[in-house]
Amino acid sequence: MDVHEYQAKELLGSFGVPVPKGAVAFSPDQAVYAATELGGWSWAVKAQIHAGARGKAGGIKICKTYHEVREAAQELLGKRLVTNQTGPEGKPVQRVYVEAAEPFEKELYLGYVLDRKAERIRVIASQEGGMEIEELAKTNPDAILQVIVEPAVGLQSFQARELAFQLGLTIKQAQSCVSTIVNAYRAFRDCDAQMLEINPLVVTKDDRVLALDAKMSFDDNALFRRHGVSDMYDPSQQDPREAQAAEHNLNYIGLDGDIGCIVNGAGLAMATMDMIKHAGGEPANFLDVGGGASPDRIETAMKLVVSDANVKAILVNIFAGINRCDWVAKGVVQACGNLDIKVPLVVRLAGTNVEDGRKILEESGLKLITADTLSEAAEKAVQACQGKLQAA
Amino acid sequence: MSILIDERTPVIVQGMTGDKGTFHAREMIEYGTNVVGGVTPGKGGGRHLDRPLFNTVKEAVKETGAEASITFVAPAFCADAIMECADAGIRLVCSITDGIPAQDMMRVKRYLMRYPRDRRTMMVGPNCAGIISPGKSMLGIMPGHIYLQGKVGVISRSGTLGYEAAAQMKEHGIGISTSVGIGGDPINGSSFLDHLALFEEDPETDAVLMIGEIGGPQEAEASAWIKDNMAKPVVGFVAGLTAPKGRRMGHAGAIISAAGDSAAEKAEIMKANGLTVAPNPSEFGTTVAEVLGA
Repeated sequence: MDVHEYQAKELLGSFGVPVPKGAVAFSPDQAVYAATELGGWSWAVKAQIHAGARGKAGGIKICKTYHEVREAAQELLGKRLVTNQTGPEGKPVQRVYVEAAEPFEKELYLGYVLDRKAERIRVIASQEGGMEIEELAKTNPDAILQVIVEPAVGLQSFQARELAFQLGLTIKQAQSCVSTIVNAYRAFRDCDAQMLEINPLVVTKDDRVLALDAKMSFDDNALFRRHGVSDMYDPSQQDPREAQAAEHNLNYIGLDGDIGCIVNGAGLAMATMDMIKHAGGEPANFLDVGGGASPDRIETAMKLVVSDANVKAILVNIFAGINRCDWVAKGVVQACGNLDIKVPLVVRLAGTNVEDGRKILEESGLKLITADTLSEAAEKAVQACQGKLQAA
Repeated sequence: MSILIDERTPVIVQGMTGDKGTFHAREMIEYGTNVVGGVTPGKGGGRHLDRPLFNTVKEAVKETGAEASITFVAPAFCADAIMECADAGIRLVCSITDGIPAQDMMRVKRYLMRYPRDRRTMMVGPNCAGIISPGKSMLGIMPGHIYLQGKVGVISRSGTLGYEAAAQMKEHGIGISTSVGIGGDPINGSSFLDHLALFEEDPETDAVLMIGEIGGPQEAEASAWIKDNMAKPVVGFVAGLTAPKGRRMGHAGAIISAAGDSAAEKAEIMKANGLTVAPNPSEFGTTVAEVLGA
């Protein structure tokens, strides 16, 4: 789960990571009020969306007067901001963060990830703050400093010290940096984060370090024990169909194609999409109905898939282990009865109770296209989508 | 024999008295698995499915001589259940549980390493379909009837894609020595490499099929290892050719977030290391047949 910049900063601040003074605003009035409360002569008004690269896309405005703050908030709020990380449809800006601008001398990079190869937390730092780390890894890999954290004891001060001195900081700056590196690690560990990026971490003129931007995402599997984090969920930043699917415990990801997929198991769902592509079609979505899918769940899945106007054919591919083909078949029949499905439907059932499932489909009298194997199913779905195949 | 389990392996079921535990323990017993007891804290002394129940894994090991365990324990408590197995001297623990926090798994992996190699627990999963040595024993939730007994080892991240492979191989009359689901999480107990090494040593396995997916470095590591260490032929496949970058495809670990994570890149690495790559997921059967025939 992703959170907004201001939420990440509030959380980091509570762990002792220094962040600039700021306040969130949902309206231009609130933004101006926030600026007056913060005081000072200069503010950054920052669009809050779940994506980076906002600066280049005009999502961050530096303001010198209250009037400019109001204009910036007016311009940003309510629009969809498109950055090179959002996709062409962009993300809606419903909140802005007003921050007291701090003059700084130096920009650093500080990041934390759950490293899959090491199976540990990896801390990444660099003197080249403000750049995208992926870019830096390509152009100047030597500029990236890294330490791996031993999970039994956690990040040690000496490791943070090594990083701070390698970053070329003075002793006074390094002291502030060491506590920041350790405190940010504690926030990462104690909140079950998955990724934390402070880019840039700036060094101020009076030798403090400050998290000028912060991006944080959390392990969905750990949200059950992190209520403070799960409360930060913002559905507006998610695709509406994906948000709806999540409410029903379905795993749905919208794509650009025109063949809707309903599959059990993430691996088989990906493989089904691959097969559609192989057969010359394009999948409209990834959808995993999971294990033990009831007829109602299948109906909900069908409803989601047909709500995508691009869908010209639907492929249901079930290899039942914990699932039951008869339940899936009942769900398909139920959905066809309750929903107005105008596109051809290809169904492939295999595994547990497959005979019962096929019988239910046959006896329903529905106009379906059935298939026995994965390749047959994908080929038929592509043909049906192109109007070359109709149900017998 | 097969790898990991056979018909003699004494198995306990952690969380046996729950709905899922009960259902799958019964299926395993029917398949022929030597289930010797169950562990549910608080229900020790009782019986379930005609097997004794214990409060702790240690007690179960002492009374039954259990060597392997399968966990049907809720995600919040599963790391604890796995570490309990390691401490009790269980040789193999298979975790079906989907949804264990990644940092819990990080600690589990660290904990397993505290035991010397000769008594270290092998963990399979989590978020997997389990292990089956067809005709002998099943430590998992798969439909047992789709597997034919034979001489090909299968390692798959995905459960359902493993079923698909088993069904296609059965169509071609090809059987399986052992099929292992290593699970779809970002940090898993054992990797492709761990099981490839076992299959290479197993006299009853002639070839291996490994089915990977997008995300993580394991497929590439395994491929490099195969090139240098493996004499038996390996067929590979990586699911998720059409998966967009940065989107999590169902499995917690199935996400393209770094260089080398995509299906196309992994398949290229497999080919470069001498694996035969199945051209698409409906050709597991034909590709394995070709490799065995050659």
